Amino acid sequence: MDLRELYQEVILDHGKNPRNHSFPEPHNREARGYNPLCGDKITLRLQLDDQTITDVGFVGQGCAISQASCSTMTEAIKGLTLSEAEALFSKFHTMLTSEDSSDDDIEELGKLAVFAGVREFPMRVKCATLGWHTLNQALRNESAEATTE
Amino acid sequence: MNEVSPIASSKHVAFDAERLRRDFPALHQDVHGKPLVYLDSAATSLKPQSVIDAVDEVYAKDCANIHRAVHLLSQRATVRYEEAREKVRTFLNAARNTEVVFTRGTTEAINLVAQSWGRSSLREGDEILVTELEHHSNIVPWQMLCQQTGAKLVVVPMTDRGEILREHFEQKLSERTRLVAMAHVSNALGTLLPVPELIALAHERGALVLLDGAQAVSHVDVDVRALDCDFYAFSGHKLYGPTGIGVLYGKERLLDGMPPYQGGGDMIRSVTFEETIYNELPYKFEAGTPNIAGAIGLGAAIDYVLSFDAGLVHAHENAVLRYANEALGAIAGLRLVGTAPGKVAALSFLMDSAHPHDIGTIVDSEGVAIRTGHHCAQPVMEHFGIAATARASLGMYNTTEDIDALVSALQKVQELFG
Repeated sequence: MDLRELYQEVILDHGKNPRNHSFPEPHNREARGYNPLCGDKITLRLQLDDQTITDVGFVGQGCAISQASCSTMTEAIKGLTLSEAEALFSKFHTMLTSEDSSDDDIEELGKLAVFAGVREFPMRVKCATLGWHTLNQALRNESAEATTE
Repeated sequence: MNEVSPIASSKHVAFDAERLRRDFPALHQDVHGKPLVYLDSAATSLKPQSVIDAVDEVYAKDCANIHRAVHLLSQRATVRYEEAREKVRTFLNAARNTEVVFTRGTTEAINLVAQSWGRSSLREGDEILVTELEHHSNIVPWQMLCQQTGAKLVVVPMTDRGEILREHFEQKLSERTRLVAMAHVSNALGTLLPVPELIALAHERGALVLLDGAQAVSHVDVDVRALDCDFYAFSGHKLYGPTGIGVLYGKERLLDGMPPYQGGGDMIRSVTFEETIYNELPYKFEAGTPNIAGAIGLGAAIDYVLSFDAGLVHAHENAVLRYANEALGAIAGLRLVGTAPGKVAALSFLMDSAHPHDIGTIVDSEGVAIRTGHHCAQPVMEHFGIAATARASLGMYNTTEDIDALVSALQKVQELFG
């Protein structure tokens, strides 16, 4: 098994130096995410104006995969509409969990495609989806904590 | 010579860690193209062939329910099941085998005491004392009991080295303490608690003591009569036995006074719709068809463990632990979590460069199996202000070569993340 498939340079970089790693001001949505298996915790805040995510940031602790995934996610969703963000999550999730993703689908994910290798590490899929589940929660404006379970 | 101890040295086979590795078939496989290095025995230990064979034989030969039919298979299964109980009694040095109750594991054994003894004995204002280093299975059953009875959970703090000190214990012990429930050995940190003196203190105050022995049974001598504990809980699968079988030891006087934990077959003497008379000990606490093969497998595991001189096994494990302590301690950017003197069989650690989860995945790719996470001991993680650790833990089959393999796998972590 090739660890470099999992720990791509982009992931190592974002894991070490996560982008948007502070809370945006102003913000009007917040959600917390928790992975009970490993204890990873994040808080995500975003500003939703007219169905568009105009700003987003997160604070939290976790492994390189979960931190890099949150970091790249915040970069990818800034400026997207609600439905565009949901569609992106759905593509991202499919890439991680099923073999149905076409090369085109993966290409559309842009930088997020570096997480394709996570599919070979089933125990780590939840690390990569923690931020996205939390985003889902924030977009639905549900106050409950998102968990990967 | 009537008093020959069952573990007299003349009966022992020589202890040779290299040689006994042959007894454990799971050790002899490759993972990710590398020879397996198993350093996760605190989660579950591997099983010797004799245990696998014993379980196999139950299903292949003595496959029958126990305490029921008159046919030969049932008779054989019953005899073997009860022989296993006697082996547990010997292993724990309990006075009688009526004091040995088979359960699903440590967790069920603790829940049994909480729900049977606790619900019938505790009232509002009573206190249950636990320590800060407990596994969730020795916290949550007591929290549930507190909700049910109005009793209060009191926590003895641990030090930054992961110790439970006598003075802290004494401070939390009160006239209202009815039960002390504590680990014999900490699963997350490997701390060996000074249980003999803590038990004596608890008894002076009139409190009962339950020991969670899940992490202790395979690494330290357990003599329930010498310890004078009131309850002792452990799991078979951490003692080289099968999963799904465990033991609650309880003093007969206490077990006798406790109501049944579950109702069903085998735990009754007679049933009418008007009245049910419960069976005698230990069957009162073994409702339904038990894990027969599991109990017999646990008996085989005890036979295996007792075939070696315990002192030599423990000395070997301690030597490997000391070696690991030094080898890991020499890695720059690695910090050991839990540094109590006299700890046993487990090393929790953190690395500056990588999160425990990433460490776990990387060393796994090198064939080295360790545990990462909060080890079902979140209050311990909370104490150190962390979410998780990586933990390497030992069984009798581990050698210093395994530690060398871990160290070189950790170098991969440094290469990737450093």
